[in-house]
Amino acid sequence: MAVPATLSIARKGHKANSATNTRPWRVFVDGEAVATLADRDTASVTVPAGRHTLRVASTSILRSRDLSFDARDGSLLRFSCSPRSPAPIIFTRWLFWLLVTLVRHDLWIELTLDDDVESVTDPRQQTLPAANAATSSSTVTTSPRATLTPEARAIVIANMAAQRHLDGPSVLVVEHLTKRFGNRTAFTDVSFEVGYGEVFGFLGPNGAGKTTTVRTLGTLISPTSGSATIAGIPLLPENGVAIRQKIAIMPESPGLYLRLSVRENLEYFAGLYGLRHPAPRIAEALDAVNLSDRANDLCGGLSKGLRQRVGLARTLLSEPTLMFLDEPTSGLDPVATLEVLNLILALKARGVTIFLTTHRLDEAERLCDRVAIMNTKLRTVGRTEDLREQLFKRSLMVRTLAPLSDAAQLFAHIPSVEEWRVNTDNSYELTVTDPTVAAPEVTRALVGAHADVLSIAESQHSLEDVYLELIADDVEAPTP
Amino acid sequence: MKNLDLPRVVAVVRRELLDYRRKRSIVVSMLIFPVLFLVEPVVAIFVAPPSGSTSSLDNAVILPLLYMLLMAVVTPSTLAAYSIVGEREQGTLEPLLTTPLRQQEFVLGKAAAVMIPSVALAYAVYALFLICVALFAHRDVSAAVFHDGPTLLALFLFAPLVAGWAVVVGMGVSVRATEVRVAQQLGMLASFPVIGVIVLLISGVIQPTFAAALEFGAGLLVADLLALRLVSRLFDRERLVTGSKASGRE
Repeated sequence: MAVPATLSIARKGHKANSATNTRPWRVFVDGEAVATLADRDTASVTVPAGRHTLRVASTSILRSRDLSFDARDGSLLRFSCSPRSPAPIIFTRWLFWLLVTLVRHDLWIELTLDDDVESVTDPRQQTLPAANAATSSSTVTTSPRATLTPEARAIVIANMAAQRHLDGPSVLVVEHLTKRFGNRTAFTDVSFEVGYGEVFGFLGPNGAGKTTTVRTLGTLISPTSGSATIAGIPLLPENGVAIRQKIAIMPESPGLYLRLSVRENLEYFAGLYGLRHPAPRIAEALDAVNLSDRANDLCGGLSKGLRQRVGLARTLLSEPTLMFLDEPTSGLDPVATLEVLNLILALKARGVTIFLTTHRLDEAERLCDRVAIMNTKLRTVGRTEDLREQLFKRSLMVRTLAPLSDAAQLFAHIPSVEEWRVNTDNSYELTVTDPTVAAPEVTRALVGAHADVLSIAESQHSLEDVYLELIADDVEAPTP
Repeated sequence: MKNLDLPRVVAVVRRELLDYRRKRSIVVSMLIFPVLFLVEPVVAIFVAPPSGSTSSLDNAVILPLLYMLLMAVVTPSTLAAYSIVGEREQGTLEPLLTTPLRQQEFVLGKAAAVMIPSVALAYAVYALFLICVALFAHRDVSAAVFHDGPTLLALFLFAPLVAGWAVVVGMGVSVRATEVRVAQQLGMLASFPVIGVIVLLISGVIQPTFAAALEFGAGLLVADLLALRLVSRLFDRERLVTGSKASGRE
C-alpha cells in the first residue's frame, strides 16, 4: 500500500519584526485549502505521492507563489513561509497592500522548500521535528483533505486520523469535565480531544448534555469540575475573552436581529470581533454561504434555512480556530437541511475545524471524521468505522433463490465462518473473521453445493446501529 | 473598566440605534411621552397668574419645570428594562455572549444607546418649552421662568443624571428578569427617587438653590456610577443563558 508523503509547513515571523501577527494563513495543496497556520506554528499535511503545488495565503489576494514539488512515498518535505514585509504599522501595511495588489498578488508571502527528508516508512511512527529554532511553538495543524482523488483522500484520512492523536497537539482537549446545576447533572466526567482540521461529531439524545458542553467550552457557563484547553488556552474565567476570540459558536437558533439586514447583522458581529475593516471579510463570508445577492435583505424576511446560512456566515467572520455548530439543521426542511450540510462540507474542505453537535446520525456519518456519543456520560469516541468494528462482529449476508438443503453442513466446513443464522428462508447471516477472506470461500462452497446464489455482500452496520447499541437502554438525561 | 474596547462599545450603540430606527413603535412611543409631559407644564405656565406675588409665581413655575424631569426617567427606564431580557427573548443574547465582548462593554454600550436618544429628546423638549414660554407666555411669567436659575440648572444638569439612574436601574432589572413585562414594570421603580426629590422640593424640605442643585447633581453622579458597576457585576453569563445561577467550581 502506498504511504503518503508528509508536508511540514512552518510559519515564521518576519526577521525584522518580533510582533505576533494574529491573522491565520491558509495552506493550499493543489488549490484546495487543507490547513490553517497561526503565527509561528507548523502545519502537517499528508499528500499522496506525485507532483503537487503548495501555496500559503493570508487573504485571497495576499499569498505566496505556487510552489511545485514532487512528493515521494513516505517522504517528509519541510517548507517555511514568512511575510516579506514586517508591516508593524498601518502605513507600511497599507503601502505594501497597494503595491502588492497593483503589481503581483503572490509577493506577500515568501514560501520556500527547506529540505526533502528521506522516506519514512510509517508516518504514524514519525515525530515531526520543530521547524527551526526560531519557532516559538511547534503546534501541528493537521488536515485530512490534501488529496485529489477519492482513493488518495481515503488514504490521507486514514493516516491523519491516527496521526492527529500521535503527533500533534489538539485544538480542543477536554479532561474529566463535569457540569452540575444544583443536584442535576448536565454531563459528567467527559474527556476527549479534537484535532486541527477535524470535523468532530458530538452525538446524543435530547437532554444528553451536548448543548451544555458547547456552552461550557464556549465560556458561557463555568464547569463544576474538570479542565479543558481550547486552541491552546486553558478554560479559566480570566481567559474568557481570549478563548472567545479564537472560537465561533452557532447556537441551535441563529439569533439574528430580524429588523437588520444580513449585511448589518454581519457588520455588527464583525465589530464585536474587533475587525477594523470588515467589508472584505463580510463579502467573503457571504460568498462562502452563497448569500452575496441577499446581503441587503432584512433577516426577518428570510426563510429559516437562509437564516441558518447567515448564522454560518457569522461564524466565519473571525476566521475561528474552532467552530462549534450546535444542531445546525434542527427544524429545517429537507432542502434547507441539504443546503446547510453542503455548506458544512464546503467548510470541511477548507480545513475548518468543526465541533458539530447533532442527534441526526445520517448527517454525522456524512460529515464527521470522528464522533463522540454521549448521554450525560461519554459513551464512546472514535471513527464510525472503528466503532462499528468494536461493537459489531463483521458479517456476510447471503441470499439464495431457494433455501439451502443443508446449510449447517455447508457453513460448518468454512473456516472463516464463526457462526451463522437464517434470517428468512433464503437469507443467511454469517459472522466471519474477515469478509475479504470469507467471501470467496463462501462463494466456492455455495457453488460447490449447486446453490442458486442471488447475492453475497458484507453486512454494513450504520452509525445508527452503533448509537442505538450505546444509547437505547439509557433513560433520557434531565435537561438543565 | 480597564481593558475596555471602545470600538466594541460603539458597535453595540450603533446596532441599538439602528434597531430603534427600524422599529417605528419605539420611535413613536419615545416621542409620545415627551409630548404628553410637555402639555402639563405648558398649560401650568400659561394659566399662572402674572399679577401674583413673586414667591407665588416662583412656586407656580417650579412645579411644571421639575415635572418635566420625569420625562428623562420614564422613557429610558422602559427601554433599559427591555434591553437585555429582550435580547434573551429574541434569542440574540446567546450569539452575542459567544463573542469576545466583555460584560462591561455590553452594559456600557446598552446604557449609552438608551441614554443618547433619551437625553437628546429631553433637551429638545426643554428647549421647545423655553421657546414657547419666551414667545407666548406673559412677560412676568416668562421672566420668572428664565430667572429661576437653580431650577433651570437642575433641569439641564439632572436630565442626564436621572436618565442615567433610570437606565442603570432598568438594566439591573433586565439582567435578572425572566420576561420583558416583568422587567418593564419593575423598571418603573427607577422613577421613584426622582419623584421623591420633586416632592421634597415642592414641600420646601429642600430649597432650590445652586448649591443644592450641584450637591444633588454630584450625589446622583456617584449613585449612577456605583449602580453601573453593580449592574456589571450582576451580569452573569451563566444565569442569562441557562436561567440558573452560576454554581462555580467544586
